[in-house]
Amino acid sequence: MIEVRLFATFREGREKIVYFEPTKAACPADVLDELGIPYEEVAICLINGFHSGLRDAIKDKDVLALFPPVGGG
Amino acid sequence: MKTSYNGKLARINLSTGEIKVEQLDMELATKFIGGRGLGTKILYDEGVATVDPLSADNKLVYITGPMTGTASPTSGRYMVVTKSPLTGMIASSNSGGVWGAKLKYAGWDALIVEGKASEWTYINVVDDKIELLSAKDYVGLMSEEADEKLKEAHPGCNVLNIGPAGEHQSLLAAIMNDKDRAAGRSGVGAVMGSKNLKAITVTATAKVIEPFDADKLKEATKACNAKIRENGVTGGGLPTYGTAVLVNIINNTGSFPTKNWQESYYDKADDISGETLKDTYLVKNAACHRCPIACGRVIKVGDKVVGGPEYEPLWAYGGNCGLHDLNAIDEANMWCNEYGLDAISTPCTIAAAMELYEKGYIKEDECDGIPLTWGSSEAIVEWTKRMGEGKLPLAKLMANGSYRLCEHYGHPEFSMSVKKQEMPAYDARGIQGIGITYATSNRGGCHVRGYLISPEVLGLPEQLDRTTTEGKAQWCKIFQDLTAVIDSMGLCLFSSFALGAPEYTALLNAGTGTNYTPEELLTVGERIYNIERLFNKAAGMKPEDDRLPKRLTEEPISDGPSKGQISQIHVTLPQYYEVRGWENAFPTKETLERLGLSE
Repeated sequence: MIEVRLFATFREGREKIVYFEPTKAACPADVLDELGIPYEEVAICLINGFHSGLRDAIKDKDVLALFPPVGGG
Repeated sequence: MKTSYNGKLARINLSTGEIKVEQLDMELATKFIGGRGLGTKILYDEGVATVDPLSADNKLVYITGPMTGTASPTSGRYMVVTKSPLTGMIASSNSGGVWGAKLKYAGWDALIVEGKASEWTYINVVDDKIELLSAKDYVGLMSEEADEKLKEAHPGCNVLNIGPAGEHQSLLAAIMNDKDRAAGRSGVGAVMGSKNLKAITVTATAKVIEPFDADKLKEATKACNAKIRENGVTGGGLPTYGTAVLVNIINNTGSFPTKNWQESYYDKADDISGETLKDTYLVKNAACHRCPIACGRVIKVGDKVVGGPEYEPLWAYGGNCGLHDLNAIDEANMWCNEYGLDAISTPCTIAAAMELYEKGYIKEDECDGIPLTWGSSEAIVEWTKRMGEGKLPLAKLMANGSYRLCEHYGHPEFSMSVKKQEMPAYDARGIQGIGITYATSNRGGCHVRGYLISPEVLGLPEQLDRTTTEGKAQWCKIFQDLTAVIDSMGLCLFSSFALGAPEYTALLNAGTGTNYTPEELLTVGERIYNIERLFNKAAGMKPEDDRLPKRLTEEPISDGPSKGQISQIHVTLPQYYEVRGWENAFPTKETLERLGLSE
């Protein structure tokens, strides 16, 4: 399974963590389509802790973390 | 000529009681802007670098910038500049709220405080009148209570003060203003305490600062406000979640120092995140003077409504102490504000003490019934209060920071500090560029002197690979120089998520009548960074002080997404010196000449 962690406003109306069958999601964009999150709302996309593009490949046991524009200091 | 400077400073000698009005040297102001830059230049020229920081010879400069109090967005900032008793080098601690703007409205660009009062004193500023009054009725009070009582004595004033930690000269003591805003770092509160100065109250009749060109400033402000509103971070993320939203981001990159940096991923981080804070204890957000961002948190702690924790204390009391009890962190953070303690260095010192306890160097009988155990809610709350009181022997030691604590027990390597000041909440093993910022920060371990987290993690202004070293030295220099400009103008660093050098240039030129280009303004920032370095050199800084703790260069991250990574500072530091035009950590003759700093 692919673990998808959602943060900040992406949690509104959704679970904090959702799981996807690897066959249902080949890249983060597929996950966003399933969740109904517009691509342009994603500011940070991490695959296993590393910044990734929305078309980068994801596979079984990967952890995908998705953030809208957020920051601080 | 109209200008957003007042053109006037007050020099207040607490030993003699003499108060002198001085004209602002406009040539110096143009070269060093104000705030952090001008404050450092004044102290450097007056020979403060070589004094004992807790003696009457040290000076405290409370200094605004030319944009403080103007219509510019985030114009509520001021700086406390002095020689730090924690690092022995330059201290310039920035704070928001409204106190700084009020000092400006009262007609002053800066107050320079010298000497030492024979009894506890406070300074009362009412427009152009300044008087010294007895603080005997306020000594010993917590910061918030002293604030309220001083407001009763001077209705309509804004209060800057120290709490009990500053009174007993804890080297982690902050200066508080407007109750929960802090000039937090480098022990500036101890310097105030060493002078027997409890507070500065300011009452101002004026409510505006007339700039050089009101129309141009209005136009520049409008453009900046639009950018701040439209930016996802300043217009959305920060107002909604505050800085606390970083907990989950940084943890998910495996760069969230845990248990005094022994680990760097905390599996319970979500319990102490900005998202959880919003869903539990948050009452509302709060804004400093003229701030369209409003990142401040107002929260419930029991039946009290108080200023809430930023990302840094959430991390430092949380993951770094192995703890996920958000309520306890909120309470400990409240005690930092009440006692007037740095809410980064205080919990980081508790984390270091927990490691010393875990490894058997601190004994149970030293703990007076509250063991320093990882994850103990009671320990973080009670040891914060004990450090604030400074009475129990171990607490008194801890109140002087992790370096002196760990050195006392023969293990300075457990102090996760640079120049004896604790590093903040980003592991420089997992995020390479921020390590350069930490190592070369003139005020010691600090993230807000060149916030490379912005490009390395948040993707602003563009996404860099956090694990690589290439180009990071150049990025670090530009961020450090731009930050020096913002800190000197009297604006908030957070505005820079949305604004860049062209916007700051437009604001400054409209405010003061300068004709800087963005490139020239960055050179002013570079000059400021270099004058700080000259101050440190005169104060006795050595090249080896630009170093990271051994843990970051010798112990790879043990687990989590950044497992195996280690700081490459040995690669980036020489690159940084080259980019800066420094040799062995200090500016070359050519660099000083280029920046107009030759003597």
